[in-house]
Amino acid sequence: MANKPRVGIFDFTGCEGCELNQLNFEDQLLDILEHVEIVEWREAMDGRSETLDIAFVEGALSTPDCIKRIHEIRRKSKVLVALGACAVQGGINALKNIRPIEQVREEVYGQDKYLFPTLPALPLSAVVKVDVNVRGCPMTQLEFLKVFTALVMGKAPIEPGNAVCTECKLKDNECVYEKGMICLGPVTRAGCDAQCPTFGQYCTGCRGLVPEPNIGAMEEILVAHGLSMDDARKKLQMFNANQLEGVS
Amino acid sequence: MGTNLDIKVHHLTRVEGHGDIVVNMRDGVLEKARLEIVEAPRYFEAMLKGRNFHEAAIITSRICGICSLGHQMTSFKATEQALGLEVSEQTVLLRKLLVHGATIQSNVLHALFLAAPDFLKVGSVFPLVGTHPEVVKAALRMKRLANDIGEVVSGRAVHPISCVPGGFTQLPSAKSLAVLRERLEKQMLPDLVFAADVVATLAGEIPDFTRETEFISLRSDDDYALYDGDICSTDTGRVPDSEYRRMSNEFIVPHSTSKHCKVNRSSYMVGALARWNNNHDRLCPEALGVAAKLGLKPGCHNPFMNTVAQVVESVHCCLDAMAILDRLLAAGIRDEVPNQDPTRHGTGIGATEVPRGILYHEYTYDRQGRITAANCIIPTGQNLANIDDDMVKLVPEVVDRGEAAIAHLLEMLVRAYDPCISCSVHMLDVKFTR
Repeated sequence: MANKPRVGIFDFTGCEGCELNQLNFEDQLLDILEHVEIVEWREAMDGRSETLDIAFVEGALSTPDCIKRIHEIRRKSKVLVALGACAVQGGINALKNIRPIEQVREEVYGQDKYLFPTLPALPLSAVVKVDVNVRGCPMTQLEFLKVFTALVMGKAPIEPGNAVCTECKLKDNECVYEKGMICLGPVTRAGCDAQCPTFGQYCTGCRGLVPEPNIGAMEEILVAHGLSMDDARKKLQMFNANQLEGVS
Repeated sequence: MGTNLDIKVHHLTRVEGHGDIVVNMRDGVLEKARLEIVEAPRYFEAMLKGRNFHEAAIITSRICGICSLGHQMTSFKATEQALGLEVSEQTVLLRKLLVHGATIQSNVLHALFLAAPDFLKVGSVFPLVGTHPEVVKAALRMKRLANDIGEVVSGRAVHPISCVPGGFTQLPSAKSLAVLRERLEKQMLPDLVFAADVVATLAGEIPDFTRETEFISLRSDDDYALYDGDICSTDTGRVPDSEYRRMSNEFIVPHSTSKHCKVNRSSYMVGALARWNNNHDRLCPEALGVAAKLGLKPGCHNPFMNTVAQVVESVHCCLDAMAILDRLLAAGIRDEVPNQDPTRHGTGIGATEVPRGILYHEYTYDRQGRITAANCIIPTGQNLANIDDDMVKLVPEVVDRGEAAIAHLLEMLVRAYDPCISCSVHMLDVKFTR
């Protein structure tokens, strides 16, 4: 590529952990900067730009202002990448969508709830066209580097469609269920190298559901391992409330 | 007089989260000078209700990516107190080690990537790659090592994995801890000393501004309180963490999705400068030496010195992390499973120092170990009223400099607080005032 791609990094409703993970590329950051020109990144620099080759966007959309801003970003960007569970699925923010919104608002702001407009937390794809997803909470750096490299080389990144279980098996981990715990690995998209099960935790489903997930079977497994149907549903909702409830 | 000012900094840069600075002056009278928080509200308390105790920290760590470890620690302490889960000394030591790593990581990120560009009069860290490559490389090395502490001990620096209520699902090997110990001594310490030298050369750029205020932080008899301690105010002294509501005292203001706080005055400050003012006598001699070199004195009321206090305490965190590692390695890593069998249920409170200041979580659990009520009070929310009060004093002092220079100075002021706005906008449990 003759000119360096012009890159912008944006954030919406979320914890900004994915953005932080871009500053956490301590070993690669200087190399990355050789290949692109970062022209807009509110968290790290002053300045704005009217045109972009690639926009990396973190966070869910949850206010009228978010909707306006994401349209602006989409208009000025050639490629739009959704970074992390909030941007891809709505993420943990979407847990607020499963309760009546007025109740949620009142619990936090009481009588002053009307001061602050809010919408159901939505993934970017509910409002604009998303070209590439980088999944996870937070996004994994390895996956970001793969996507970044592909985009800089002008290629289309490939998104994994298999389940976390396959990566867990490849790592020779003892199955989490064998340890008497529960796990969402069977219905969660791979790509994280089964990071949580490798560190003794269960998969919480942060990377979103596999294509055509068998939710009924997953619920049966969870119930067979001691959860009530209500708790099984809650486990599945943690990062995927929108998908399970048909939002987006 | 007769000066008119109309400043609006929309979506302040180099801070975490969305805030606007608004200043209006008409005929020399300051009508408005404040930080407006426009970050989208997130409603974590509603998300926590009905959730199992295993999930509380997984959810609350998503409040903030930069302080995710601090939210976890505070969440564990609240849950463990509520459910009567005792943790081992090894667990506490490993947690304190994680806290040191997260504190250094965040402090270095703020001081060298977000605040230093102001002192060097550039718009971001990126031009410094060309002009000050050694500073940028040292900052990157320190951040990497601080993050490695999180990765070695808990699997991941952002949203740690293996640290859970009651202990750890997986323990680090003695060998990996020994490597960390070696790297802290051989790499982190020299880099921190270098960073302190760099900050010393920039000290002349730190604005000379003071405003008497109240400082609140944890305080402990045993150490420089980060993981644990009483709540301590420079105005009224120490109280137990059970009094956290009185010591934060939240209220709603229309210009901020984050609630504001005040205790003994119209505002108070939390964070590294508050910790310094309350706990400088608990710092190791090396950190005190750095403080002397940087001109940081006890009873400092210049908020711009918060960045300096971050550098000073990072030196302490590095040396204390080495001491903790020595203790862990001398005792040997014992294999143990998390203690997750509740012995009671009810309400528990956690108070922890995260990089930006004191953080409180309170949960009430039912008999099934499910949350029935939750309250989190986040440091940046506590600082907002103090930032507004600073602006009100600062603007008239610099009013003859012109709007652009004033706006820049106010941006520097807000950045000095290292605000973490995205995590400050879901204050919980409203008090109705009728």
